[in-house]
Amino acid sequence: MSDPINSTPLLQVDDLRVSLPTARGWAPALRGVSWRMERGQTVGLIGESGSGKSLTALALMGLLPERARVTGSILLQGQQLVGMPEPQLCQLRGARMAMIFQEPMTALNPLHPIWRQIAEPLRLHQQMDAGQAKARALQLLERVQLPRARERLDAYPHELSGGQRQRVMISMALACSPDLLIADEPTTALDVTVQKEVLALIKQLVCEDGMGLLLISHDLGLMQDQVDRVMVMYGGAVVESATTPDLFAHRAHPYTRGLFAARPRLGLARGTRLTTIPGSVPELMDFPAGCAFADRCAWAVDDCRQSLPQAEIMASRTASEEPHAVSCPRWRLS
Amino acid sequence: MRNNHTFWRRALRHPSLVAGGAMVLLMVLCAVLSLFWSPYPVGDIDIPNKLASPSAAHWLGTDSLGRDIGSLLLVGSQNSLLVGFIAVGIGLGVGVPLGLLASARRGWVEELIMRASDFTFAFPALLSAIMLTAIYGPGLVVSIVAIGIFNIPVFARISRGAANAVWARDFTAAARAAGKGPLAITLAHVLPNIASVLIVQATIQFAIAILAEAALSYLGLGTQPPQPSWGRMLNEAQSQMFQAPMLAVYPGAAIALAVLGLNLLGDGLRDVLDPRLARQR
Repeated sequence: MSDPINSTPLLQVDDLRVSLPTARGWAPALRGVSWRMERGQTVGLIGESGSGKSLTALALMGLLPERARVTGSILLQGQQLVGMPEPQLCQLRGARMAMIFQEPMTALNPLHPIWRQIAEPLRLHQQMDAGQAKARALQLLERVQLPRARERLDAYPHELSGGQRQRVMISMALACSPDLLIADEPTTALDVTVQKEVLALIKQLVCEDGMGLLLISHDLGLMQDQVDRVMVMYGGAVVESATTPDLFAHRAHPYTRGLFAARPRLGLARGTRLTTIPGSVPELMDFPAGCAFADRCAWAVDDCRQSLPQAEIMASRTASEEPHAVSCPRWRLS
Repeated sequence: MRNNHTFWRRALRHPSLVAGGAMVLLMVLCAVLSLFWSPYPVGDIDIPNKLASPSAAHWLGTDSLGRDIGSLLLVGSQNSLLVGFIAVGIGLGVGVPLGLLASARRGWVEELIMRASDFTFAFPALLSAIMLTAIYGPGLVVSIVAIGIFNIPVFARISRGAANAVWARDFTAAARAAGKGPLAITLAHVLPNIASVLIVQATIQFAIAILAEAALSYLGLGTQPPQPSWGRMLNEAQSQMFQAPMLAVYPGAAIALAVLGLNLLGDGLRDVLDPRLARQR
């Protein structure tokens, strides 16, 4: 008998497209995103603001604005999420997929003690009463290594620091042991010293529970240590996707190269100017029919602007068997 | 939910809150007292003693029928409080759910509710009250309902506006990500966060309701005789304006103090309940 967990991927996204209504008509915000991930796999989504990273997360959670137009397919363990009615989505959210938000300062209700917020998914999905939920909340807080967890159960969010609040958010997301955890820039609002701790914690918990992690960030350095696979997004499409060592060893897409070149590094001579990518992300409505990066790309030819480039599989330069896909016809030349 | 100890400490340091609270408390005590006791029965007519000056027997004198002014004022406060409570209750009970619904559903539901409340709002309160009494006849109940209806769009608007601001905050998104539905989020997250705004608005609407009741009674459309009311006392005092000017001053002062007290209380509560100030601990 075949094991269904092994045959069905945790998440299978195919040609996901999202259009948003604007004053000038429907703007294509996601232009055909596809990937699959297994349980226990960690995937990083990287790109600058406006590239569609957060929108992808919201689409997975079914939290897009009501008027957004979604096509394509999102299969969570074989269950189609696109077009799923809201009540059914409510049962999945928090139970089988959970999300950690960017701003721990505002993602907790200032009027409720923290245990009540951690208890929220438990009481919704596991029908716990207040006593059970509070006991479980304590276990969860201890698991995310919140110091003096027992005293902090009744604390209000303003009594905690940013890093502590993010730990509370993490314990809230993990409360029902979801299969898929989405972390949307979970450390952007935190001090640099706390960032590493929080990320290490997330990674450890993901490993322990064997869930899938989608980590969204614009910080390349964070990705290198935390995820198995990186997808680079630009203009609502994945332009390059590879295992982390592969991508760091050989970056093919001109945009990925631009990102790496723009990275500040230790050891640069004083006064060295950081490389920048000329121009800025185009407005949603102004995307060309072809590659969204064409107008900022030094290697672009007219063909690039005509049609969206297809993903090409490169031969892997490292030992991994995972494919290295790049959506640029001219990557060999650049 | 807020730390009660700190709330009271902040409240007691706020002069206008203390003054307003004391005035409102005094009014409530008068109304409660008058349920059991008043110096004279308010129905007692004593023509030989009409228009008496203040004396030991009648502290504030008597009116044109010889009734004790102090007793009338005391019993009249019941009316004002009753109108205030019920009219604000109607506004809160209907307006707030409508506003919360508009904010939770957005789209055409919000448009419909908001345009309907604009429509109701477009009629001056007094005018719609006069219209209602023209249809159903004058009386206390009709005037309370008319004032209550006027309160509905006020609360619908303010709760929708405040709720929209709460829905825009991340913790409602976090609650959705945890699997909560819009109704549960409204009750657990939105309502507690707009409660202070509603409390402040309720005190202001209470004052407006008292004024409106007085105005309707003054016009003869509100409370009917023999039930005493501050507005009707003003009306009756009008004909003796030159013989006994004080007859108009007493009920006028009672209305003014009640409204002033409620407004001071509302202002004070606004300051004390303001979340931006409350967080500085």
